[in-house]
Amino acid sequence: MGEFKVHRVRFFDYMPSGIRALAFNQDTERMAVARMDGSVEVFHCSDRFFQEKIIPGREQCGIEGLSWVGERLFSAGLNGGITEYDLTNQKVKYTIDAYGGPIWTITGNQQGTHLAVGCEDGTVKLFEVNEDQIQFERNLDRQKSRIISLSWHPSGSKIAAGMMDMIQVFNVETGHSIHRMLADRGAGTSRSKECVVWSVVYLSDGTIITGDSVGMVKLWDDQTGTLIKSHNVTKCDVLALSVSQNEDSLVAGTSEGIVVQFQFVSMVLEKDDKEWVRTRTFRNHTHDIRAVAEITTAVVSGGMDAQLVVRPLLDKIEVRSAASALRKIHFPHRRLVSCARKSGLMLFQYPGHLELWRLGESEGKGTPGSSLFVKRNPEKLLQLKVKGEDHIRCSAVSPCGGWIVYSTASTLRLYRLHCDNNNISITKISKLPKVLSSANQLCFSSDSSHLFSASAQSSVHIASLSQSGCKFVGTLKPKSGSHQAIHLLAASEDGKWLASANSDHEVHIYNLQTQKAHCTVPVYSSAVTAMGIHPATNCLFMMHADQQMFEYSIEQKQYTDWSRTVQRKGLHRFWVERDTPCLNVMFNPQNPSHVILHDMYMLCIIDQSLPLPDDKTQFYNQLTLKSLTEEQRKSQSHAFKVCKTFKDILCVELMPDQSLVVVERPLEDIATQLPAPIKQKKFAT
Amino acid sequence: MVETSDIRVVRCGGSKVNLTPPIISSDSRFVLCTSGDLVKVYSTRTEEWLHSLQGHTNQVTGITLNPANHLQVYSCSVDGTVKLWDFIDGILIKVQLVEVHETVEIFLSSGLCVSACPECFQLVSVHLPKSAEQEVEAKEMSAVSSHISKNPSCTAFGRGGEYIAFARHLQLNVYFFRKQKTYSFSLKATDKKGAKNAFTCIACHPTDDCIATGHEDGKIRLWRNFIHKKEYTYSTQHWHHNAVNTLCFTPEGTHLLSGGIESVLVQWQYGAGNRKEFLPRLGGSILHISASSDGQLFCTSHSDNKITVIESSFKVCGVIQGLVKDAVLTDLMIDPRSKALVLNGKPGHLQFYSLLRDKHLYNLDIVQQEYIYEAGLDQFEVVKAAFDIKGSWLATVEERGKKSSDLEFFLKLWAFDERTQSFVLNTTITAAHTDRIISMCFSSSEETTMLVTAAEDSQFKAWCQGADADTQQDQNFWSCDFVGSYHKLNPTNCSFSADSSLLAVSFQEVITIWSPDTWEMLTTLCQPPGVIRDLCFGRLSCSKYLLGTTTKNLLCCWNLLTCELEWSTSVDVSKLQPDPFSENVAAFSYQSKHTDLFVFKPSEPRPLFTNKNVCSEKVHRAVFVPREEPLNSCDESTQWLNRSQLYFLTQNMDLLTFSTATEEDRMLSSSKQLVIDDSVAVTPFYLLLGKHRQQQQKLNTQSHPVSDKPQQTQGSVTIKELLHTPAHVLPAASVLCSMFVNSFLISNTGVQQDPLSWLT
Repeated sequence: MGEFKVHRVRFFDYMPSGIRALAFNQDTERMAVARMDGSVEVFHCSDRFFQEKIIPGREQCGIEGLSWVGERLFSAGLNGGITEYDLTNQKVKYTIDAYGGPIWTITGNQQGTHLAVGCEDGTVKLFEVNEDQIQFERNLDRQKSRIISLSWHPSGSKIAAGMMDMIQVFNVETGHSIHRMLADRGAGTSRSKECVVWSVVYLSDGTIITGDSVGMVKLWDDQTGTLIKSHNVTKCDVLALSVSQNEDSLVAGTSEGIVVQFQFVSMVLEKDDKEWVRTRTFRNHTHDIRAVAEITTAVVSGGMDAQLVVRPLLDKIEVRSAASALRKIHFPHRRLVSCARKSGLMLFQYPGHLELWRLGESEGKGTPGSSLFVKRNPEKLLQLKVKGEDHIRCSAVSPCGGWIVYSTASTLRLYRLHCDNNNISITKISKLPKVLSSANQLCFSSDSSHLFSASAQSSVHIASLSQSGCKFVGTLKPKSGSHQAIHLLAASEDGKWLASANSDHEVHIYNLQTQKAHCTVPVYSSAVTAMGIHPATNCLFMMHADQQMFEYSIEQKQYTDWSRTVQRKGLHRFWVERDTPCLNVMFNPQNPSHVILHDMYMLCIIDQSLPLPDDKTQFYNQLTLKSLTEEQRKSQSHAFKVCKTFKDILCVELMPDQSLVVVERPLEDIATQLPAPIKQKKFAT
Repeated sequence: MVETSDIRVVRCGGSKVNLTPPIISSDSRFVLCTSGDLVKVYSTRTEEWLHSLQGHTNQVTGITLNPANHLQVYSCSVDGTVKLWDFIDGILIKVQLVEVHETVEIFLSSGLCVSACPECFQLVSVHLPKSAEQEVEAKEMSAVSSHISKNPSCTAFGRGGEYIAFARHLQLNVYFFRKQKTYSFSLKATDKKGAKNAFTCIACHPTDDCIATGHEDGKIRLWRNFIHKKEYTYSTQHWHHNAVNTLCFTPEGTHLLSGGIESVLVQWQYGAGNRKEFLPRLGGSILHISASSDGQLFCTSHSDNKITVIESSFKVCGVIQGLVKDAVLTDLMIDPRSKALVLNGKPGHLQFYSLLRDKHLYNLDIVQQEYIYEAGLDQFEVVKAAFDIKGSWLATVEERGKKSSDLEFFLKLWAFDERTQSFVLNTTITAAHTDRIISMCFSSSEETTMLVTAAEDSQFKAWCQGADADTQQDQNFWSCDFVGSYHKLNPTNCSFSADSSLLAVSFQEVITIWSPDTWEMLTTLCQPPGVIRDLCFGRLSCSKYLLGTTTKNLLCCWNLLTCELEWSTSVDVSKLQPDPFSENVAAFSYQSKHTDLFVFKPSEPRPLFTNKNVCSEKVHRAVFVPREEPLNSCDESTQWLNRSQLYFLTQNMDLLTFSTATEEDRMLSSSKQLVIDDSVAVTPFYLLLGKHRQQQQKLNTQSHPVSDKPQQTQGSVTIKELLHTPAHVLPAASVLCSMFVNSFLISNTGVQQDPLSWLT
């Protein structure tokens, strides 16, 4: 496998933001996630929950609700505005003010014609969804207290609204309230506290289900406006409810971090008198669960502990496979770290600022597995704050370490970095070409002479960099005419080729010398999560979300023989069943047959010269190999060499001096920085 | 039972009452439980033992109410029979022979009996034939599954008997009788959080299709939708920190009761998640729970052989205590005053148990320290106890510390207080010996009481009650009188002769005979090889003999007059027990995996009575219990049981005894004789009957002189038959009516009476 000196970097204090809202689109199988920092992410549920799209947030933009209307995504927040997102270009399309004070909830009807928002001033506002905009239609009867939660009856004729201490049912036609149902306050001291109806669900059979701050899940009849049944789920709040598509299962998320499932089952077998019965309990969170969603085969939950948990429902899954395993998504599926390989600098991307660090140095050599004495400590050279309210979308440092670039939704900024001994100075390049106003992805050429900026409509702008400044060179446009945003760029070592991957799973290869599209890699069904161009052979190596790997020869415009062998023989079961995508592809110049990959849990070297493992061979065979003799080792070894020494990996880079930089962010460290969870009495403590 | 057919081993008295779930009769007046070979009927109000259903010849393993008639109960036994009883009158109605296997457990529902068999552990559904005969052979059987647990709690009937749920290890099976189809569901053995998912018990909801299962790690799961392979679902509750032993739904299905080692009865509200009530501190861990059919009473049976009757308001209203046999360290003893069996009871206590009435009398707290119910703690336990001949003194030894390095023990002497009728602590000797006390005995003379203790510090000490020079009090405390030793050998046993004139102390292979008056060693007896295991003097006419058993399978008898070996025989005796009321000595010998019993007189080496294969375990504890009224058996083989009864405790804590044929006949006849005495409640029917009786008596007095029990006239035989036969076995009232009326009309005395005159 080879030995490396490893820089174990743990000074990137990345903090994921808590999850505030979830919205599931049944037709496109996309899950939209809104975080506390205002960012919205879109996950592809059938593609191993790959994070396809990230729309960065803004300062002071708290999202309270998300809603899909058809394929359009809307959000509303406490700033009182309703925002529609441009998912193609991964940015905010427009924001309009609802003029009702802070908005607590937003929900669209199933017909896709209207949006309803619940405002602080006690109004439910209906917006008509037009072709390109939404338009205010009218208010329903104004109530005295704020509207916390809303749910449309599937027919679209009635709306149930959860408020303080009560639930109202509105007729949408007339706008009048049909029923007013009072929610009980808690007993004892909490009697003086208002009961907040955090979540409401309106079923097609007329049952209204509410979750409130008393910890009850209550079932109401909308014909009579009476309570049918109440389940005491928790001592604290029930914050979120979600019902499955066929309305036979309901999940409730509580502030204790548990998800409780209710099922609509017949009490006497083979009879029709069904009842909602509390069944399973899932304990995957440590903090408040702010949002749950029951999708076809799983329960998705997210909360203050910033992890998205996908808990499969085994009774709904036909075949058990890797896709049906419990999945916890902690880190974004994008790289937040870029590395100036030649000068040993690391650029860390935080939502509101960038940090530039110089790696430490250690002396001499040590035995494998031992830690070396650090001669020079790593040093924080620079902290660059973003101007404006927008958060950083992407950033990069040039391989030579002389340039830093970042882009927000509105601006792109390029800096020249001067670094003589311990004097760091930075100058902003003031006159940028107009096309470089915003970028979806940024990348420098390997000799740091060019900047590639992915922008709208899958195009890539090239700018040449020199001491004097930045000059626009040209634009690369794909032949396919896809408009999806590019999320990955890879430039070849010799400066000849550039590869781009977009959300339509297309990979385009451009010839940089002619500035023309060279070819397009055949489209694969799963998204590209990482790619790299081999420095020696100029082959493009791609990793996909379903853990498949392809090697495509740019010059010959076809898959390489090795790639065809992999596809023919198939990958090992253990490899395919991993649940986090590969985030980086690197090549070892010393050993051209080695490809280095990493995901959140492991680092892997693929030796293309060795035979591929089949399902019968031992996949994690390092320990076994160690105990064997040289000759036996040869017959036993296979192409995949997995290293699990490092955990919670954000980034791995191979430096020119054959050392590895591993950026770790231990989950325990994140947990200690989270706000304290609700205090619970635990047995035997 | 090979040689003598009229003496057999029975479980009689002191048996486990917690083996199977107790049953509460539908009117909540009676609690039924299995106890050895019997089914016992207790009153729920007074906790008194009313009577027992006698007839099985081996361990009764299951009882259940007849679903068709709530006054009848089915019972099954290892002897392979299922019997139907009228439990109020104690009449055997029907016997069903289930021939193929030994029936181990019975579950009943709507005329269908399911029994499990021991070798293969199969669940078999037995169709009970409807037949008028008393003894029927049930031939119609069909195997349901062989995948069942040996624990009967892991099998339960579902709603209306439509299905049966049973579990083994990690698999739950539901068998539907009508569809004849089994659905099975498996759990993983463990998960990352360390859950232990093995099933421990099952209960089915009476009206809903919901199965509650208890698990090894204390979880309770409620299963629903179990007719689907995939869409089945369950919810989990967790309160117990250890395995759930038992689950029980209340008859209405509104609550679920659960119990485990915590000895806390937990009541879960059905359908309301985790709302629950607790009844803590019930004693031993809960093994079974049952509820009465009106839901007013619950019964829990506990590991300390106890049944607790609990009202539905969660108040304990009665305790039925059986003989506690958890950890018996002392010998079995008889309290000379109360004739009660004395042995270890509750931790740190001695229990007094009346074998005749089969009733727990009281506990005597010896250790007088709080016992902490937690595994792994080293706490004081009573290991030795001895009574003097009159029962006015009790000596106990309590010790803790398994390793002798930190061994702590106390010798305590208790005096019987006539006023309080209990034992009062007289003397505590903290360092009686420097090492563990091996053996202890009181002198058997009436005049002076003397205690001899032999310990591992190679000494034996004699303790006498005497006025202590320091204290000068009225009370006489015990102090050491003599310390003896022999060649630094460790003593193994000590025993007084019947008249207390001799003390025999065995030191490894040597027996030394001492005179307690002068403390002079009279002689030594030695019969190598082998360490002396047991030692006893003969009684009455055989008091010149000394018996000893060695570890090298030798039973020796010495004549003390000649100091010579009278006879010896090669037999591996595990327990030698002399009968204090006769010359007889019982010896239990263990060889080739079964225990044999020999009863002999020391004067003659030929055994009086031999019983091969008494039981399959080793016997280390036995006792002769005096009879209240001696039997008059002349048969040589049963003569030794005339004055006392031999009880012995096997290694798996079964208290067994011998019963003779004559004894059984007597008991059977007494139980058949149904008595309705004068204490019948005053009902209108009684008034009617009573008036008639008075008239009858009047009539009788005319013809007969005054007698205690007036002779019944011919006519009243019919009445007696009518009134004393249980109602459900009587023919229809219309049939009886004319006979009944006629019986009044025919009068011997010739005095004409209008039968209707006393009806008005």
